[in-house]
This record gives sequence, C-alpha cells and structure tokens, in this order.
Amino acid sequence: MRLRLVLFAAGALGLGAAYFAAARGLPPVGGYSGAYGEVLNAVSVGERHATDVVSAVNFDYRGLDTLGEEFILFASVLGVATILRKQQGDEEDRNEPAWQARQAPDSDAVRVLGVWLVPLTVSFGLYMISHGAVSPGGGFQGGVVLATAPLVIYLCATAKTFLRIAPPWLTKAAEAIGAGGYVVIGCLGVLAGKQFLENVLPLGTPGAAWSSGTILFLNLTVGIAVAAGFVELLAIFIEEVLRRET
Amino acid sequence: MIGALQFLLFILLALAGMQVVRTREPLAQSIAVSFYGLVLSLLFFLHQAPDVALSQIAVGAVALPLMILLALAKIRRARQEREAEQNR
Repeated sequence: MRLRLVLFAAGALGLGAAYFAAARGLPPVGGYSGAYGEVLNAVSVGERHATDVVSAVNFDYRGLDTLGEEFILFASVLGVATILRKQQGDEEDRNEPAWQARQAPDSDAVRVLGVWLVPLTVSFGLYMISHGAVSPGGGFQGGVVLATAPLVIYLCATAKTFLRIAPPWLTKAAEAIGAGGYVVIGCLGVLAGKQFLENVLPLGTPGAAWSSGTILFLNLTVGIAVAAGFVELLAIFIEEVLRRET
Repeated sequence: MIGALQFLLFILLALAGMQVVRTREPLAQSIAVSFYGLVLSLLFFLHQAPDVALSQIAVGAVALPLMILLALAKIRRARQEREAEQNR
C-alpha cells in the first residue's frame, strides 16, 4: 500500500513537471503556424463562394475524405443493425405487441412541450443542413439534430406514432439514397470531363443559401444519410427497451 | 474575461472527466459522459471552432451515450432471459 502511494507520488510529480513544461511551450490561444489555413481562408470565398471555410474544406477541397467518413457511419449503422437483427424465433415485425402497448405519457406538459419542440427541431435541423456552406453546421450536425425529432415524438406520443413518422422502409431507403447520392454528385464532375467530386455546379452569390455549387447538395445527401442512420439506431434502441418492458 | 471562462471550463472539464472514471454504475456513467461531452463542446466553441463544437454535441453528448444505453438495454434483456430460463 505504502509502495503504491510512493510510486503514485513519483509518477504524478513527473507527469506534473513534464505537463507544466509542455504547456509552457504551447503557442498562445488562437495562434496558428500552418500555411494551408491561411491560404484557404484567403481563397475559399472567392473560389467556391462558401463563407463557411470548414464546409468548403470538408465538402469540396477534401470531399473525398468526407465520402470515406460518410461510409464509416454507414458501415457502423449496418453493423449495429446486423448484430441486433431479429433472431429466428422472434419473427414478428414491428406490429408486435411491444410497439402497440406503449401509450402516450399522461402529463399534458410533456405532450405540449413535444408539440412545440418537434417543429423547432425539424426546422433547425433543415436550416443547419441547407446552410452548411454559409454558417457553421452542415450535413452531419444538422442530420443528427433532425434525427432527434422522432425521438421527441417517441417520448411524448405513442410508440406507434414513431413508426408512422419513421417507418423502417423509409429510413432504410433514405440511408441508401443519402450514401449513394454523395457518389452520384461526385460523378457529376466526371461527367463534366473533370475530376471526381469537382465542383461543377453554378456557384451563386456568396452568403446565399443557394450557393457554393455541389457543397450544398453534398450537405443535403449527408444530412439525409446521417438523419436516417440515427433514426435507424433509435428504432433498434427503442425496440430493445420496449421488449424489456413487456 | 475569456481567459477566466477558459480556465473555468478547463477545471470543469477535468472534474467531469474524473467523474466519468469514478462513476461505477454504467447507466449513470452514460449520463456523466454526456455531460463531459457538453462541457468539451463549450470549450471548442470558446476556441472559435463552432463547427467542431456542433459535431462534438452531436457525437459526444447524443450519439455516444445513446450507443452505451443501447448496449446496456441489450445486455439487461439477455440477462433477464437467462434468469427466466434458470427459474423455469
């Protein structure tokens, strides 16, 4: 016991000293010593008409990386769905009693809050997806925000309402369309005789929602794919919880 | 002003991270990790990275706790089924 304390004290002292020395050598907050950031900050509005430089990098200059990221998400949703799929023996579909049994909560306050929260969430999510090129946000973040709307519905209405709003066929189709759409938009560049994922659509006015060419549409496809993927995960999760309750 | 806020958030982040490790109950831990993600996103926002902050909220405060809860629900159901079989 005593030896452990001594060892810990020695380790903590060493780590503290090294950490302090390292922290003293850090550049000041906001300090930046690279070259690419400065270059992109200077050229991206002129070249791509995107006022959010982060989006310009994610969906244009490094669009191929984002394609990879999107398929990471796609693969992980696929993995969860495969691992937690229905085993033989429980063949019923989602009309099973578990989904029927869950009633809306008794509290009026919860239901009224839900009525207010759902349109807010949906419009904020759509705003974030569609204005990815203009302001912070974009397909990934907006898609997750959008996906919380069905969750709010589940929390303040019957479980069946969740299924009516986000039926399994719809989420699966949207996930596929979103993931595939990215590649299709990327191919527009090839069709125009340029590179894959090259920004070939009209660029529009910087700062307007309809601007930045393919960046807007890539954001839309990513938004659809992410929202659908998360709703799919939510549905699996809710199913597990419901089965436990009944 | 910003410096003081930064300092405060760093301390809060360290406390939240420690609490995640100290929490032994997985269900409570998922809430703790969600709070940790929220504080981290505030710190990102303060460092002028709103894009990263939004992603951090989405992943750290929503998606990660959700995955943990999903895993817990699955484990509990499997355990209940096993106990039901043993009692039979």
